[in-house]
Amino acid sequence: MDALIDLLPELWTATYETLYIVAMTLFFGGLGGLLVGLGLYLTRAGSILENKPLFFVLNLLVNFIRPIPFIIFLAAAQPLARIVTGSGIGNNAIIFTIALAASFAMARIVEQNLLTVTPGVIDAARSVGAGPIRIIFTVLLPEALGPLILGYTFIFVALVDMSAVAGYVGGGGLGNFALLYGYRQFNPVVTWAAVLLIIVFVQFVQFFGNYLARKALRR
Amino acid sequence: MAVVSLRNVGKVYPPTTKDGAGVTAIDDVSLDVEAGDIYGIIGYSGAGKSTLVRLVNALERSTSGEIWVNGQNIAALRERELRRVRLGIGMIFQQFNLLGSRTVSRNVAYPLEVAGYPKEQRAARVAELLDFVGLADKAGSFPDQLSGGQKQRVGIARALATQPSILLADEATSALDPETTHEVLALLKRVNAEFGVTIIVITHEMDVIQTIATKVAVMDHGRVIERGPVFDVFSNPQAAASARFVATVVKGVPSVAELAVLRERHAGRIVTLAFRDSAVDQGAVFGELARAGIAFEVVYGGINEIQGRPFGHLTLALTAADRVIDTVLAHIRTLTTVTEVR
Repeated sequence: MDALIDLLPELWTATYETLYIVAMTLFFGGLGGLLVGLGLYLTRAGSILENKPLFFVLNLLVNFIRPIPFIIFLAAAQPLARIVTGSGIGNNAIIFTIALAASFAMARIVEQNLLTVTPGVIDAARSVGAGPIRIIFTVLLPEALGPLILGYTFIFVALVDMSAVAGYVGGGGLGNFALLYGYRQFNPVVTWAAVLLIIVFVQFVQFFGNYLARKALRR
Repeated sequence: MAVVSLRNVGKVYPPTTKDGAGVTAIDDVSLDVEAGDIYGIIGYSGAGKSTLVRLVNALERSTSGEIWVNGQNIAALRERELRRVRLGIGMIFQQFNLLGSRTVSRNVAYPLEVAGYPKEQRAARVAELLDFVGLADKAGSFPDQLSGGQKQRVGIARALATQPSILLADEATSALDPETTHEVLALLKRVNAEFGVTIIVITHEMDVIQTIATKVAVMDHGRVIERGPVFDVFSNPQAAASARFVATVVKGVPSVAELAVLRERHAGRIVTLAFRDSAVDQGAVFGELARAGIAFEVVYGGINEIQGRPFGHLTLALTAADRVIDTVLAHIRTLTTVTEVR
């Protein structure tokens, strides 16, 4: 317990770093996921921008990247992270790698949520002369908003998970904190402090996500 | 002038497998819809009627032929050019297809937003439309708070928002109960009468055709097998499929099985008389029978009315001496078609 009290400043720094990494990856990964997911949805057979080759490529890419265990992906994507962020380690490299992995995971969730929108409402929008861009922003995204919010809440938890693993390649945050000061120094109290903070954090976000989704669905 | 004119239109879906054959949904259809018509298109599921109506606003593209809408061959237009054309064609759907994330008034405003109406004009037009369909009090409700009939009325208001000259109704009443169906059909009639909107109605229910259509085309296997004024098709269907549709709403000539039952119950001779329009006066026919002292009983059939013109078949059981009946029937044959069933 004394050790934990001594480590409080490091704990707060780690919490802040986790928040920062998760926020950044939620933004970039969420945006990437939205784009790739929309791409999958719009180019599939029978959709408004049907494009078989593009759908094939996107689908293959998602299926290729998504099943790679994150800790392996982290190592495999390191050269790419170095090219993009200038360094293979540290928070920026971590954010890049997590956002990349999350984009492809989120893409499937976005695609599935968009598929719940009844094709009839898209027909209705087309029948009054709406074009694809307008349909995306006035029909697809608003009609799928509730499930999309829940999808983003779901991916958020995965991001917290990934950010903790990233402690291995020099990323900061609660994962790193728990490994460094708890696990390696045989101090379970310190480990559990990190766990507790993560639980509180996740609970809060899940609650907030559910609340927003309820509002969007008006239930 | 025809506002919608199909010329040898075909729609073939590409084969799903490499060496499979394509599926022909529409097979060489030519059809003219005149301004002010309520044109009914009837057929069984899979007859191609929904595909046909979706070709008119190019939600689906034809693979052959010409589709003239308001003097423009839309089969030759590209997707971007079609958006303008679609502003002049409203459409309502079986499942209503309202946007669940928008209130009733914002659903009705949607086509106006697409067409680029300024905000104040949109509000005024939406109020006008909701008033017309009788849902002014539901402006702020969401679609999932409405009944089926109310949803379709919102659908109609939305379809009329940009003042189209053509309204396409794709099985618009098939998800509604009979009473609500008649409310919605009455509303469509008003749309036609008050705004002069030409309406194309797709349905599998002959009742819908009977209630509102002025002309009808019967579809089967992607082809139009019969067409004409509703009265003509109803009172004298030519194709077998047309006759089956007519039989769903008009109790006409008894079937073989029904005849057997009638035979058991009635000892006399059984004849079927056709009545069509005012050409035959029922009173004259019954007067003849009565004067000759023939006891008669109506055992089957009915008289229907389409656009104020009655038609139908009545099957009578006649009891009298054969010689008397023969004389009178010979006379009645000069008035109308008489079929004796033995």
